[in-house]
Amino acid sequence: MELWFVLGMPLLGTFLLAVFGARRFAAEVNVGVSLATLLAASLLVARIVRYGPLLVGHEQFFVDSFNVFLVALTAFVGFTTAIFSRPYMRIEEHHGRLNARRLRLYHSMYQLFMTAMFIALLTNNMGIVWVAMEAATLSTVLLVSLYRTKASLEAAWKYFILCGVGIAQALFGTILLYFAAERTLGRQGMTALLWTHLNAAKADLEPTVIGLAFVFLLVGYGTKVGLAPLHNWLPDAHAEGPTPVSAVLSGLLLNVALYAVIRCKVLAVGSIGPLMPGRMLMAFGLLSAVLAAFFLWRQRDIKRLFGYSSIEHMGIITFAFGLGGPVANFAALLHMTVHSLTKSSIFFTAGHASQTAGTQEMDGIRGLVGISPTIGWGLMLGSLAILGMPPFGVFASEFLILTTAMREHPWATPFLLIALGVAFAGIFMKVQPMVFGESDAPKLPHSPALVPVFVHLAMVLVLGLYIPPALAEWYRAAARLIG
Amino acid sequence: MLRSHLDVQLLNLLAACMLLISFAMLSTRRTQQLITLFAWQGAILFLSTSLVAHEAGLTELYFSAALTLILKVITLPLILHTLIKRLGAQWDNERLVNIPITMLVGLVLVIFAFGLAQPISLLATTVTRHTIGIALAVILLSFLMMITRRKAVTQVIGFLAMENGLFLAATSATYGMPMVIELGIALDLLVAVFILGIFFFQIREQFDSLDLHHLESLREE
Repeated sequence: MELWFVLGMPLLGTFLLAVFGARRFAAEVNVGVSLATLLAASLLVARIVRYGPLLVGHEQFFVDSFNVFLVALTAFVGFTTAIFSRPYMRIEEHHGRLNARRLRLYHSMYQLFMTAMFIALLTNNMGIVWVAMEAATLSTVLLVSLYRTKASLEAAWKYFILCGVGIAQALFGTILLYFAAERTLGRQGMTALLWTHLNAAKADLEPTVIGLAFVFLLVGYGTKVGLAPLHNWLPDAHAEGPTPVSAVLSGLLLNVALYAVIRCKVLAVGSIGPLMPGRMLMAFGLLSAVLAAFFLWRQRDIKRLFGYSSIEHMGIITFAFGLGGPVANFAALLHMTVHSLTKSSIFFTAGHASQTAGTQEMDGIRGLVGISPTIGWGLMLGSLAILGMPPFGVFASEFLILTTAMREHPWATPFLLIALGVAFAGIFMKVQPMVFGESDAPKLPHSPALVPVFVHLAMVLVLGLYIPPALAEWYRAAARLIG
Repeated sequence: MLRSHLDVQLLNLLAACMLLISFAMLSTRRTQQLITLFAWQGAILFLSTSLVAHEAGLTELYFSAALTLILKVITLPLILHTLIKRLGAQWDNERLVNIPITMLVGLVLVIFAFGLAQPISLLATTVTRHTIGIALAVILLSFLMMITRRKAVTQVIGFLAMENGLFLAATSATYGMPMVIELGIALDLLVAVFILGIFFFQIREQFDSLDLHHLESLREE
């Protein structure tokens, strides 16, 4: 029941906002719908905690500890982003970058995007995962080009073509998966692609076919995770789209795509053993982390900078999932949580920072603390958190990943350390002058909603100091599922 | 048995035609001709899917075939034709990078595709197992077409042709995906073309042309 609400609320919001999206109260409706979704998601979590995994709708929907945790995270960040977006988009309208019609498109597509992500997370059918991932791409293409500037059109085109090609690879992988499933499970119409059925029969799946399928699925969904060398769309889309979209792309969509990869990895490990899938994830992860860390240095646009930082962190998470085992998986899940909380809060402050300065170029942003202490300190603390400074949660997860890597694959440690160190210096050097220093920029016409920033950062801080036992148990259960 | 053998031969012939059309698409300059070729590819896909449905006695494959006919032979080419007419791009010629070299790269891709598909073909039990390699080749050739083209419309046709290849792969390896998923894929495809239609107008409004040379400013310097 709760599950239908989680899926139904954003869908209802899509239609509501498609009609009323241009009105004054549209932003409030957006917040209200997101809050209702969050409540439904919390009820779903309570139910899973109490009664264990759930399989409903002719087995088409499946909830276990792994995806319910992502559903809760998605609903939460979706809600806080909606709060942030209310004043942010008003200021954009005030600055004349948007009109009422485009705001309607924005609000409606925002909810459609949330719907697509929830379907991708909750479905039990690997084919529907694909359809939902494609729907998530399509709903955000027009959001990336919302400002209709040359650069935003270019970014949206790149996003569409690269992700379209990537996701076509994933479809081929899904076809191969179905092919292997059909041989073992028989042609039973809808059931052969159900993850629960595949998981039960994974040891009998044909290894050659599954190996090939995993390569295609990894490359396909990996494009959407932003793994190098298929990451080109990510910084452009993050920089040119409106900031709330950058926040949900980076904080949520990347996680959902990675979730799809991990579901496939579980099947692949069951069929061909842990060696090949683990190595591939580690290689892609390390390559992305190191490459992104060096690209960070060359950035001049604040949102591009943090786009590259997302690639780096997704690389680290992918690497940790590649390591496998309870500790690394635990750390990867923790890192997914703290990264999505921290990164979305950074985008919130970065968005307002560029609105204040009137540019996204970092050279033009100066003295944020002087103009608005909340924006300035929010950006500073967020950057420190994402760079893995103790006592924030990112430090805890990165520490766990590093120590596990040292124990199991010592050769990988230098690469990880280089990525972390280079990224640290690159981001810190650029953020410091933006936050401190002199500036005479005027105040914003609407007061920004920065409560979400500090709520997110407080949560990340708490996760770094003390993980509540219930939450730790939850992570452990999810880590066990992944194997 | 004899009839069945004939059917298999016919299926292989149709698949070969698809591959031939892919090569033709690689070397065609005119946008309008490309759309016609794409429609032909859809028509062949429709024929071969119906034939497989008949051979394997699967009713749901007839539905997929009908979906192919409606979507890929009628709707999408119609939308694309209207689009380029409205954009005034129907007589557009494209300058292509060296066609012979593109063809040679295409040949290498075909060989690679057959090599990759070999283990799958050996395991498959469908009557169409020999066409899996061709399907993969069609996918890779469409990919090559997307890389070599510089016009927005042609890149999209390449994207759609890649989907044709994926569909052929699904029918030849497994007699098609479950119906719900095929419907979902078809819906996604249709929405994609609509969004791209909007997009073409936005791009032209900003750049006064559909040439993607203009879309190369976002780069790491």
